[in-house]
Amino acid sequence: MDTMIEISYFIAAILFIIGLRRMSSPVTAHGGIVWAGVGMLVATLITFFYPGMENYLLMTVAIAIGGGLAFWSGKTVAMTNMPQMIALYNGMGGGAAGAIAAVELLRGEFHSSVFLALALLGALIGSISFSGSLVAFAKLQGWVRRPLRFPGQQYFNIGIFLVAVALGGQLLVSHDFSGAVILGFFVLALAYGIFMALPIGGADMPVVISLFNALTGLAVAFEGFVLGNAAMIIAGTVVGSAGTLLTQLMARAMNRSIGNVLFSSFGASGAAGGEESVEGSMKPIEAADAGIMMAYAKKVIIVPGYGMAVAQAQHKIKELMTQLLARGIEVKFAIHPVAGRMPGHMNVLLAEADVPYDRLYDLDEINAEFAQADVALVIGANDVVNPMARSNPDSPIYGMPILNADQAQNVIVIKRGQGKGFSGVENGLFFADNTRMLYGDGQAMVGELIQAIKTL
Amino acid sequence: MIEGITALYIFMLAAFTGYEVISRVPVILHTPLMSGSNFIHGIVLVGAMVAMGHAHTPLELIIGFIGVMLAAGNAVGGYVVTERMLEMFKSSKENG
Repeated sequence: MDTMIEISYFIAAILFIIGLRRMSSPVTAHGGIVWAGVGMLVATLITFFYPGMENYLLMTVAIAIGGGLAFWSGKTVAMTNMPQMIALYNGMGGGAAGAIAAVELLRGEFHSSVFLALALLGALIGSISFSGSLVAFAKLQGWVRRPLRFPGQQYFNIGIFLVAVALGGQLLVSHDFSGAVILGFFVLALAYGIFMALPIGGADMPVVISLFNALTGLAVAFEGFVLGNAAMIIAGTVVGSAGTLLTQLMARAMNRSIGNVLFSSFGASGAAGGEESVEGSMKPIEAADAGIMMAYAKKVIIVPGYGMAVAQAQHKIKELMTQLLARGIEVKFAIHPVAGRMPGHMNVLLAEADVPYDRLYDLDEINAEFAQADVALVIGANDVVNPMARSNPDSPIYGMPILNADQAQNVIVIKRGQGKGFSGVENGLFFADNTRMLYGDGQAMVGELIQAIKTL
Repeated sequence: MIEGITALYIFMLAAFTGYEVISRVPVILHTPLMSGSNFIHGIVLVGAMVAMGHAHTPLELIIGFIGVMLAAGNAVGGYVVTERMLEMFKSSKENG
């Protein structure tokens, strides 16, 4: 039976890697998740035959409860709420890794200090990922509205972290697995996760979510070492390294280091440096006029942002696209890597609205085309189209790669009000001569645009 | 049990595999990729089951139970949302 188990885990690991590989193309991606799913099923079922196990009934109950709730929530969650759902599931994985470590620590049967160290490391990372992801979930869900910041926060956080590490070191050196030290270790690790995630603002969420994803992967791998489970080591490590790469991509798309996202209060510094003067004024436009402008264009590029998700405007946008295409107008979508609240957020929403993925273009692919576009329609995006990132070295977002929407002949910006974006930075695009502001709710305004085009 | 240096080899090779596999993923698939890898670390379920199966004291059993429950949530939830998202990705041709 042992050999059967080993072979099954081996097969599962292969299926995971093939599945992940297939997810790297839109054509095979759906098959990819099914392959990985089969791998998971094989690994889970064979584990019931693991030697020397008890508590089968309770185990089945636990799987039924956790799996059932997750199945129901996963099936019913709206696409716009996907970032917080993924954060939640990710946190659960981290929590599970922490729980494994807790059971192993309480049992206290470690053959060598290496395994103990790995168990502690996995416990630390898993717990941080657990509580941090829950905070990210609460923020994305709108339960925690403002980033919480206080003076000396970084030192406070580092203090918590160091004490947690010290308690871990205490366990490692003494091999004395008394309840109090273990409890203190976990409480502080969990507290660190909370305090680490609290000051992080909404626009930084893509970085944070993928970072926690990578951390959970690592925690799983470390616990895999402790249990001598190859499937956990391989799957966890693959996720850890993939997640690290994705986190780097996200951070680079914001021209910031991962450390900067985690440890600096971006919004605060942005407000202080946001006094730069902007030439010109914001010029409003009526939906009817904007509709005419688009109806007689040859090429329209649509730039969606988080505001589109908030207004649930993706279906209206699809309708607008259909109208424009029917008039023989070329329509493309320009997607910034960090638009929205998780990596690829906009792509998922547009896919939900049946916008074909071959109309979605990445920053590098589309930027040269703005100059040939007659109209760039910006809906709910702000910082990712701010030309000050190119031109104003004093701007907090200077150096961030942006979509060059300002280079289009005409720019129409759909925006709820006249306020600044998340970063509190004035957006030069809104004041440009070729920009017109269409004020109102995203969904309603796109609806009016469609009406305007239809009546022509 | 997997011993020291072998484990290190597995770790290293898996890390490179993850990096290589992901480095080719187009930007439009970043979300499914992230939630797909989120699903894959749901393999922690296997470990949680083993930990719970070998629990002796009531406290170990309770923590193990929570662990299995969380891990099952990670695996099932991760699969369901990833599948839902990937189901939606269609090209112009498929849309007819």
